[in-house]
Amino acid sequence: MTCKEFLGLLDDLIDDSVTPEARAELQAHLGTCPHCEVVFNTTRKTIEIYRCHEIYDLPSALRDRLHAAIMSRCKKGC
Amino acid sequence: MPTIQSIAGQLEPHPDVALVAKVRQGDVSAYDTLVRKYERQLFRIAQHITQNREDAEDVMQDAFLKAYEKLDQFQGNSKFYTWLVRIAVNESLMRLRKRRTGKMVSIDEDIETDEGSVPRDLADWAPDPEQNYSQSELAEILRKTIQGLPQGFRVVFELRDVQGLSTEDTAEALGLSIPAVKSRLLRARLQLRERLSRYFHKKKGRKEARPGEARHGETRNEK
Repeated sequence: MTCKEFLGLLDDLIDDSVTPEARAELQAHLGTCPHCEVVFNTTRKTIEIYRCHEIYDLPSALRDRLHAAIMSRCKKGC
Repeated sequence: MPTIQSIAGQLEPHPDVALVAKVRQGDVSAYDTLVRKYERQLFRIAQHITQNREDAEDVMQDAFLKAYEKLDQFQGNSKFYTWLVRIAVNESLMRLRKRRTGKMVSIDEDIETDEGSVPRDLADWAPDPEQNYSQSELAEILRKTIQGLPQGFRVVFELRDVQGLSTEDTAEALGLSIPAVKSRLLRARLQLRERLSRYFHKKKGRKEARPGEARHGETRNEK
């Protein structure tokens, strides 16, 4: 497997949607290519960091104000 | 990916289906539940597209009001949230269009067509590189990093990787093909990874630098 082929299946590997055969090939490539191993590990970490940290938080006070405004207009029939 | 229920052939209706039915019968409190359930997600999507807090607040409100008004047009063959996201995306794009005095704006804007090269990277990150930064510093880095991506990549990444929508639902919400969603997701993931590497490879120097100095140096590396 080439690095380009590995990259073509990287998302499927991360999303755990590869066949057992493809997974074995991908793992074999990872064992021999430190570049792809780093790319795989750090891409997974990238996703994890974004998942765990709210970057556009909606503060409670603002959330309550917007929520109240929406519901008030819905009750009036918009 | 098939769920346990779909494999068994007995797909359980999504909890939103009952809430939407109640709203249609005039139960406003059921809509209150739906708004509360999805307001934070819609706000984030609007922020990713408009890159402006006030616009995101307006988009979130307008999207929920529009959905309420047009609930009769919701067919039920897509998920309620997918339908809601589509409304929010359109409202966000309209807002951008207004800001740019009528210039057409689409989710395809700024998308590069080249496929990019295979990343060559031998320097791994520490197990928890984010711990070298305070919460506010990290939030700033994550915002800055994702803002450098085209909006069409940002939204796909947010829907697929942060909010956990399926490829199919993401494609439907954004009006994109499934291959387009897949291609954008890969590009978004790799570009974010590369941009974050600029910060996380620097961990040794970072400890010695004052926060302001570190941010300044890092800014120079951003696109």
